[in-house]
Amino acid sequence: MRTPDDLRYAESHEWARKDDDGTVVVGITDFAQDQLGDVVFVELPEVGRKVAKGDTVAVIESVKTASDIYAPVSGEVVAVNSALESRPETVNESPYEDGWLFGIAPSDPAEYDQLLDAKAYAATLDEE
Amino acid sequence: MADFPLIYERSKPGRRGAQPPAVRDFDLAAALGEENLRAEAPRLPEVSELDLVRHYTQLAHRQFSIDANFYPLGSCTMKYNPKVNEEAAKLFSDLHPYQAPETAQGALQLMHELQQDLCAITGMDAFSLQPAAGAHGELAGVLMIRAYHEARGEGDQRRVVIVPDSAHGTNPATAAMAGYEVVEVPTGPSGEVDLDAYKAAMGPNVAAVMLTNPSTLGLFERNIVELARVAHEAGALLYYDGANLNAILGRVRPGDMGFDVVHLNLHKTFTTPHGGGGPGTGPVGVKAHLAEFLPVPVIEKRGEEYVAVDDRPRSVGRMRSHFGNFGNLVRAYTYIRALGAEGLRQVSGYAVLNANYLRVKVKELGFRVPFDRINMHEFVAQPPEGLRTLDVAKALLDHGMHPMTVYFPLTVKEAMMIEPTETESLETLDAYVEALGQVLERAAADPAYLKGAPYTTPVRRLDEVKAARQPVLRYEFEAAD
Amino acid sequence: MHYHPHTPDDERRALAAIGVGSIDELFADLPAELRDPQLDLPAGMDEEALLDHLRALAAKNGARGPDFLGGGVRRHFIPSVTPHLALQSEFVTAYTPYQPEVSQGILQATFEYQTMMCELTGLDVSNASMYDGASATAEAALLAVRQTGRDRVVVSRGVHPETRAVIETYLRPLGVRIDVAELSPLTTAALGIGDDVAGVIVQQPNFLGYLEEMRRLTDEAHAAGALMIAVVDPLSLALLAPPGAYCADVAVGDGQTLGNPPAFGGPTFGFMVVRQDLLRQFPGRIVGQTTDVDGKRAFVLTLQAREQHIRRSKAKSNICTNHQLTALMATINVAALGPEGLRQVAAGSVERAHALASRLAEAGYEPLTSGRFFAEFVLPVARPAAEVRSALAARGVHAGVPVPAEYGLGDAVLLSATERVKDEDISALIAALDAVGARRAEVARG
Repeated sequence: MRTPDDLRYAESHEWARKDDDGTVVVGITDFAQDQLGDVVFVELPEVGRKVAKGDTVAVIESVKTASDIYAPVSGEVVAVNSALESRPETVNESPYEDGWLFGIAPSDPAEYDQLLDAKAYAATLDEE
Repeated sequence: MADFPLIYERSKPGRRGAQPPAVRDFDLAAALGEENLRAEAPRLPEVSELDLVRHYTQLAHRQFSIDANFYPLGSCTMKYNPKVNEEAAKLFSDLHPYQAPETAQGALQLMHELQQDLCAITGMDAFSLQPAAGAHGELAGVLMIRAYHEARGEGDQRRVVIVPDSAHGTNPATAAMAGYEVVEVPTGPSGEVDLDAYKAAMGPNVAAVMLTNPSTLGLFERNIVELARVAHEAGALLYYDGANLNAILGRVRPGDMGFDVVHLNLHKTFTTPHGGGGPGTGPVGVKAHLAEFLPVPVIEKRGEEYVAVDDRPRSVGRMRSHFGNFGNLVRAYTYIRALGAEGLRQVSGYAVLNANYLRVKVKELGFRVPFDRINMHEFVAQPPEGLRTLDVAKALLDHGMHPMTVYFPLTVKEAMMIEPTETESLETLDAYVEALGQVLERAAADPAYLKGAPYTTPVRRLDEVKAARQPVLRYEFEAAD
Repeated sequence: MHYHPHTPDDERRALAAIGVGSIDELFADLPAELRDPQLDLPAGMDEEALLDHLRALAAKNGARGPDFLGGGVRRHFIPSVTPHLALQSEFVTAYTPYQPEVSQGILQATFEYQTMMCELTGLDVSNASMYDGASATAEAALLAVRQTGRDRVVVSRGVHPETRAVIETYLRPLGVRIDVAELSPLTTAALGIGDDVAGVIVQQPNFLGYLEEMRRLTDEAHAAGALMIAVVDPLSLALLAPPGAYCADVAVGDGQTLGNPPAFGGPTFGFMVVRQDLLRQFPGRIVGQTTDVDGKRAFVLTLQAREQHIRRSKAKSNICTNHQLTALMATINVAALGPEGLRQVAAGSVERAHALASRLAEAGYEPLTSGRFFAEFVLPVARPAAEVRSALAARGVHAGVPVPAEYGLGDAVLLSATERVKDEDISALIAALDAVGARRAEVARG
């Protein structure tokens, strides 16, 4: 189960990466995509939407389940990965790279630092 | 081998089936207006009557059914559908809902008597027969609860509905549809609602608790009297999901347990046919303090006359058109009158007997039974470590038996829920156990075998991922050309 | 009567295996003070007595006779082959097709149904059926609210009064406002709506039987950013321009006229067909096509992540069952009739209804024919409508669905005709109307 060191994590299995321009890019972890099974559809937010940390921002559907994806930080949605519309399976194949979901321009930079680091997230997986 | 054809693929231009009465000469365009007419005819199949018969008869043969196969689906109560019920329904099939009510007195009388029979069975005071399905009855019930609280000025205060985490999905979905926020309370290690968590969640902001008893795990909620007391003390109402009524017919009544609102599933407990997915029928019953909110129409007897009454100012309104699924009301009425009180009591006795018999036998085979005590009409099991429920289910198909309910309730991992019902013989149950035993043996000898099952069914395991990723939801005429 | 097979011997064997002494012991968990209530029910009956009892009830219903009842439910020609095929026990006693490998009969028939509904309505995606037209329309209103995020819907008074009542039941708990667009006098006037409307709901033909200007009304709805929900008689779509032709977003309605008997109003089925881009908001079961491991074409319930058993409180609807068997009956009936036969049933009904209107006019009645009507129209009468209906019934003629007071047409009845109406039936109706004093001396001009 990959848990890259250079990312941050939420307990609800989202990862976050702060890009050079300050955008926080968000996706789901390898553990999460494995649990979900084959992704069949991804419901992404509209660009421009204002979100608060913890809001349900996206939904990922597999055949038998649907999972809510929560915003790990507050801010405005500035990008969504529309390639997932035609290829939802990218989330399974490349959860940390091509399978990214959306990007948020954060309103409170401190929130990113409050997220778990790779070690702390991996520890939560051991508890599952 | 070629794919089994669609009716469209048997179609040939110019073929005719049935012949309706001939149409006289008439200028349709003049009567309806040229601008209102269809420009292009709909593409519908053109087949001879024999081809039609071959197609739908062969399709029927690609289908399991209670009449041919054992269906121990937990929470579905797949019992035998008596054929005399069909004969009874035919006697009423030509009635028009708007014919003069004095020419429909037999139909109205039947509904009135059924209302009363259901009150007797459940210990409630009044019933509406209108809802067209269990979920529909749930919606009616929750809307009545809402109306009750609003009438008392507590509508805004009570915005929460409590459901156990083991509840059927329709419960929270219904509560949300009625504008409520759903709070789930956990099931304790005994398989019953965690009483402490329940008490902690209860408060003056709670409108209702939705429960089923026995629970979706097939266990009787032994604390039901206490659960009811706690809810009523907080001013909340108690809603009974009647999906599992088969377990308690004639043994205990929801009304006596303290429930304020009840919905029944006539297509479960009362033998109206499942029809491959519906129509169901979900009458909703209430205690007297909620009767004024019942959906309309309600059937009343005034003197010697039966009347459908619409004028009930505090009713939550109509749930659907006309009286409800009347044809199924006739079937359920016929069943209840066939059995009587004594017969209904025997139903629960043999349903629970069969379920516990299977529980003991299935455990002997090596399945895990998380709640290994007297269950009610159904029980939850899990396959032996290392085997997946899905694979066991698919392997059973090759034995000509429908699998048990799988992956429900969501609170038990790899859940299998088994409900034989009272209409199955011990020989059938033994055959089921025998089949399960063979599946386990096969799995031990050749693990890959189960993953590839089924092998002998008309089609084998389907690519459900493709079906969801690239939905094809209708015949593609263009692709066929 | 009973249906359990257990002999005393079976009972003994089962109890021994379980390890209890009696069936009563299995109910030990039940609170003692509540156990074993007396159910106040008549004693059970054997099959002969049972059917005698049901027949006696049935005998209290009126006899058949010339039939002009409508109001959304009609007794059309249904060939014998339709119920023969639909009521095969494999279709009747099957469960929901959650195990597709052994449910291809139901699943394929549903796929065929979905295709037919798309063809009839001219829209893109159909679900596997719903409870009835009224509740399907209410669900469509909820879909419009979800899709647009607005909290107001406009419903024409031409929509069946019972349908409007059900829409209100469904929308009131969510705080959605419902406004009624009036008829003037027989069809919907201009809507005059703003950009706070989620959906506009219009029935075609409308409850009184008359044809609405669906293209104009749809354009008005779209100009305001609202969805157009067309409530349509599926049989009429054999002749009339379908919702797809005038760019409606959703087509809903009741399927009874496609091939189920009236059955005192139920069971029937509702249908919903939508534009492709509404697929994700769409409630109800849907069947899709795929392949199995051997590459064979197969059908399966799909897109289930919208539904209650997965999404629970976030589902698009709480709907669980569909009305599979009655939808199947319609599917088989449409295939039995074929496009030409379906057209004949529809055209025959239109011709007979117009013939009825002409003969009524000749006999000194004044049916409202200023508006174009399909196979039903309004007849003003001289006595309260319910009285007229009862008086006609007493003479063996089933006619006269009352027109509710809300339409402002005074005492009036709906008269409907199907392709089965004979000339002598029309004569009988007119004679009966004369005999019950239904003809107005002064009539309302329609």
